[in-house]
Amino acid sequence: MFDVESIRKDFPILSRKVNGKPLVYFDNAATSQTPKQVIDTIVEYYSKYNANIHRGVHTLSQEATDKYEQSRKKIQAHFNAKFSHEIIFTSGTTHGINLVANGFSSILKKGDEIIVSALEHHSNIVPWQMLCERTGAILKVIPMDLEGELILSEYDKLLSPNTKLVFVNHVSNALGTINPIETIIEKAHAVGAAILIDGAQSSPHIKADVQALDVDFYVASAHKMCGPTGVGMLYGKESWLKKLPPYQGGGEMIAEVTFEKTTYAELPHKFEAGTPNICGGIAFGAAIDYMNTIGFEAIAAYEHELLEYATAKLLEIEGLKIYGPLKDKASVVSFNLEGIHPYDVGSILDKLGIAVRTGHHCAQPIMDFYKIPGTVRASLAFYNTKSEIDALVEGVKKAKMMLS
Amino acid sequence: MIVTIEEIQNEIIDEFSMFEDWEERYQYMIDLGKELPLINDKYKTDSNIIKGCQSKVWVHAEMKDDKLVFTADSDAIITKGIIAILIRAFSNQHPKDIIDAETDFIDKIGLKEHLSPTRANGLLSMVKQLKLYAIAYQTQLK
Repeated sequence: MFDVESIRKDFPILSRKVNGKPLVYFDNAATSQTPKQVIDTIVEYYSKYNANIHRGVHTLSQEATDKYEQSRKKIQAHFNAKFSHEIIFTSGTTHGINLVANGFSSILKKGDEIIVSALEHHSNIVPWQMLCERTGAILKVIPMDLEGELILSEYDKLLSPNTKLVFVNHVSNALGTINPIETIIEKAHAVGAAILIDGAQSSPHIKADVQALDVDFYVASAHKMCGPTGVGMLYGKESWLKKLPPYQGGGEMIAEVTFEKTTYAELPHKFEAGTPNICGGIAFGAAIDYMNTIGFEAIAAYEHELLEYATAKLLEIEGLKIYGPLKDKASVVSFNLEGIHPYDVGSILDKLGIAVRTGHHCAQPIMDFYKIPGTVRASLAFYNTKSEIDALVEGVKKAKMMLS
Repeated sequence: MIVTIEEIQNEIIDEFSMFEDWEERYQYMIDLGKELPLINDKYKTDSNIIKGCQSKVWVHAEMKDDKLVFTADSDAIITKGIIAILIRAFSNQHPKDIIDAETDFIDKIGLKEHLSPTRANGLLSMVKQLKLYAIAYQTQLK
């Protein structure tokens, strides 16, 4: 049985008050909260074995290295990568995307094409625009429909032998849409294109199996999965990672250095220049352990229940419109009150201790598509409750009363 | 009768001190926001938009006699209420007085949270923009 009350006890922050009210945290798509199991791992690292890794012969360094590499193996197991060296530690999803984009700058030629989706986060658009500027490649966009879903027949039309790379998020951060990545991957491969999936928004809800998906690259961030900020992962198929040049130069990523020539280290170190976020990497592993203890199926089922409840309750409010799909999406409700700016609603909700995100959610093209300045976004996690949703609904009603 | 920026600010502080809780304070700002048609539509241009705001804010400044007059608007009503307060404090004053004016009254009326850069509502940018206009016009006067 899913015992949300006992799960909530794992999260110290959930018992704090904001503006004199119990915190209701519905900004999980921006960052998730951290359970004490992960906090303890961080404290333990700095209390017991803080050291630089992969070089010291002393005990602390070896302990830290072991834990860091164990964490890589946990991530490998979680995403079912074939080899642990296919998991590259990054500073987060954006870093992973830039690493791949940079790698492709030595592969792409003028006239090659990159396909991205209309549902992307800013950070998913800019690196490709920069890559296109550098290489003369052309950026194409899969359009979306009013329900916030990608129009796959348009994707078919964009694909051609010129397509070298396809980049799509698994789940849209602004709307919660779950994209049919299995089909998208298959079609990309059919024209010989590589594919990178952004799992930042899906990884907290859906366990991705990179081998079953046959995806070439997959990126995610620890801080959306109950881990700390500043650390993330890039999965790349071994063959691709060998093909891509290193992203940054520095320590860790080299085998031999003379002033004439440097030979690069083997995977994964080739892409891990400099001292990494060691503590963060280890805590990422602890976060994955934590989420797996609760279980992704249980998490998905419970979040689905919360989502249905929130959707039904919010839609009872007159003049409230939800953007994106109403069903079969991640636990995100993106909405507006008719004639009221999302910023105003968010400001009132904050006064009531309710944390939501307002604005364009770094997805301005989506907001332009709907011709709105932004939305109020409540993103739910497995530690949220129905009574918190009730508080949100009451808060939205109050905001509506005060603002109209 | 000459009313200084400081006097107006003190008046605003007095008014806000009568509110018992955030709701009354916010309701007042919302009402201020609703009341005021703040700007001529022809000034709602892209070049008058203050950057860094989650809600759109337009500010227009012009000299009338030797005083600087601000008009402004926003698409969010709480932001509009904040603008109304700022305009009351800073508009129709000599540029030099606007440049020299303190801005800590915003803290004192319990709107400190709107100053936070994370709010991105640009109260801070707004104040800065009003002062920049004052500096620009002051330079012209010389």
